[in-house]
Amino acid sequence: MIVTRAGFLTTVQDLGRTGYRQFGVSTSGALDPFALRIANLLVGNHANAAALEIALGDLQLRFEDQRVVAWCGGEFDAQIGSRQLPAGRVASVQAGEELRFGRPRLGCRAWLAISGGIDVPLMLGSRSTDLRAGFGGFEGRALRDGDRLPLGAWPGSSPPATGVSSWSAPHDWCSPAKRDAVLRFVRGIDWFRFNDVTVQRFTNQRFTVSADFDRMGVQFDSPELKPQETGDLISEAVAPGTIQVPPGGKPILLLQDCQTIGGYPRLAHVITVDLGVAAQLRAGDGVRFSEVALADAHRLLLERELELFRIGLELQRTCKR
Amino acid sequence: MEIIPLGDSALVVRLRERFDDAPEETLDEVLRALRRIQEAAIPGVIELAPAYTSVAVFFDPVAMVKAGGPAEELLVWLATRIRAALNAQTAHRRFLTEHSRLVEIPVCYDPEFAPDIEEVARHAQISPKEVADLHSAAEYRVACLGFIPGFPFLAGLPRQLETPRRSTPRKNIPPGSVGIGGAQTGVYPLRSPGGWNLIGRTPLKLFDPARNPPTLLRAGDRVRFRSISREEFEAAPEAAISDR
Repeated sequence: MIVTRAGFLTTVQDLGRTGYRQFGVSTSGALDPFALRIANLLVGNHANAAALEIALGDLQLRFEDQRVVAWCGGEFDAQIGSRQLPAGRVASVQAGEELRFGRPRLGCRAWLAISGGIDVPLMLGSRSTDLRAGFGGFEGRALRDGDRLPLGAWPGSSPPATGVSSWSAPHDWCSPAKRDAVLRFVRGIDWFRFNDVTVQRFTNQRFTVSADFDRMGVQFDSPELKPQETGDLISEAVAPGTIQVPPGGKPILLLQDCQTIGGYPRLAHVITVDLGVAAQLRAGDGVRFSEVALADAHRLLLERELELFRIGLELQRTCKR
Repeated sequence: MEIIPLGDSALVVRLRERFDDAPEETLDEVLRALRRIQEAAIPGVIELAPAYTSVAVFFDPVAMVKAGGPAEELLVWLATRIRAALNAQTAHRRFLTEHSRLVEIPVCYDPEFAPDIEEVARHAQISPKEVADLHSAAEYRVACLGFIPGFPFLAGLPRQLETPRRSTPRKNIPPGSVGIGGAQTGVYPLRSPGGWNLIGRTPLKLFDPARNPPTLLRAGDRVRFRSISREEFEAAPEAAISDR
C-alpha cells in the first residue's frame, strides 16, 4: 500500500506496548483503543492488529491488492474513488484504487483498519509507533508522502464483493467525537493538594483545549488551577488519563505517549471508557469534567466490553447471512 | 504503606513518604515490594513499575473480573492481595543478589561534551577538573527509569555538586549526555529536550529497543562513572557490568 499523501500526522498503532514501563517506555498505541478494536473487528482482523491512526486527516492511500477496510473516529469524509465510506462500515478496495480522508468536521482522529493489518516488525512486543523515542511502527516515525507500507496476509476467507456494506457498527461506537464533550473522572492521587475553590472550578467550569495537543497529552488554556504548596512531591507514576497540573496552573490531560513518571500534582484521572472522547479533542474545543466513583468507572468499562462482545456476535451473524 | 488508586486501571503502592532521608533503605524496600507483588502473580495485573518511594501496579479491570474479582469492589480485592503479597515471607536473599549489579559507565568530561561543567564548578566553587573527579569518584544507585526510555534517575550525587536546573531548558540534547539536575544525576539515552546541566558524555547506548530488556540499567543497579579521554570515547568502549 502506497501513502500518496501522508496527512498531518498519520502513525501505525496497535493496542500498545505493555511490560516496559519499568524501563521508562510509554505504552503508545491507539489513543482510542475501542475505535481500533471495532475497526479491526469489522475487517476480520485480530483486535490488536496494527492499523493507521489518522490525525486531522488529509490522507490518501493507493492499494496494490484487494483489501477490506473500515474506520472509526471523528467526523471525516472518507472516499474510495467516488464512493463514500462512512465510519463503521466495511468496504472492499481493489488494486489501484485510492482511499482518501478529508479534514475532520468534528473531532481530530480516525483509526483505519485494513484486512491483514500493517505488517511492520514487532518492537518490544508491539507494532505501535513511539514518536518520542523514535522506534516501532513504520521506521519509528509518522508516515511521509511516498511511504510503502507492508500489509499482512488476510486471515479470513475470500473478501466480500466490491462496494460498501449496509451494516454499520453502532454510531456511538464508531463516532466518539462530541461537541462540548464531558470527560468523566475519578479523583487523583493529589486531589487533596488543591483547595475547595480550585476543585469547584475544575468541576464547574468549561475548559478550552490549547494549541498544545498531541499524542503525549492535551493542555487546557483556561481556567487556571493553582495547586497548593507541592514542595514535598516525589516523582511517581502517571498514566494515560492522568490530569496533572504544572506550576503555571494549566492542566494537562496525559494520553498514550505520555512519560511513565512525573512530578506534577495529579488532580484527577479521566476514566478509561472516556479516553476515546479525549482523543478527539483539538485546539479551541470546550470540555467539562464530571466526577464518578471508581466502582462506576469499572462498571462502565465492563458494560462497554460486553457491548463490544455483542457487536462481534452481531457482525458474525451478518457475515453468515 | 498506602495503596492509592491511579485512575481506574492502576494504583500506587507507596511504601514511604520520603526518599532522601534514607535512599538505600527506601530503594531496597521498593524493590523488595516490587518482587513480592510480581511473585504473587495476581490475575489481571499487567505490569509493575517502581519510582523512588512507590510501586505502580497496572491492571486490566475486565481481566480481573473474569478471574473472579468483584466488579463493585475491585480495588479492595486487589489491595487485599497486594497486602498479602507484601506480608508474605519470601526468599529475600535471592532478590538481593539478583539486583546488586555494578555497572561502570565511561564518561568523557571534555569541554566539548560538557557545556555546563563551568557553571557546576562555579556553583560548587571548585575547578571543572574537580567536578569531573568528584562525579566519577562517587557510587550511585538507579532509583528508577523514566522521563524518556532508559533515563536513569541516579541517587548518590555528592552534595557539593548539587546544581539547580537551567532556567531555560535545552531543546535538543545529544544522546549519551550526562547531566546534573538539583540533587540528581542522570544520562540522556536519546536525543531529547531537557533542563539538566551537562557535564560530560558517554559513548554507551543506554536504550536499544531491539534488545530485551531494552535498557542498559535497571532500577536498583549500582553505577560508577569512569573518566575517559576523547580517544577512548571515539573507540566506543563497552559497559562493564559485574555482580556484587
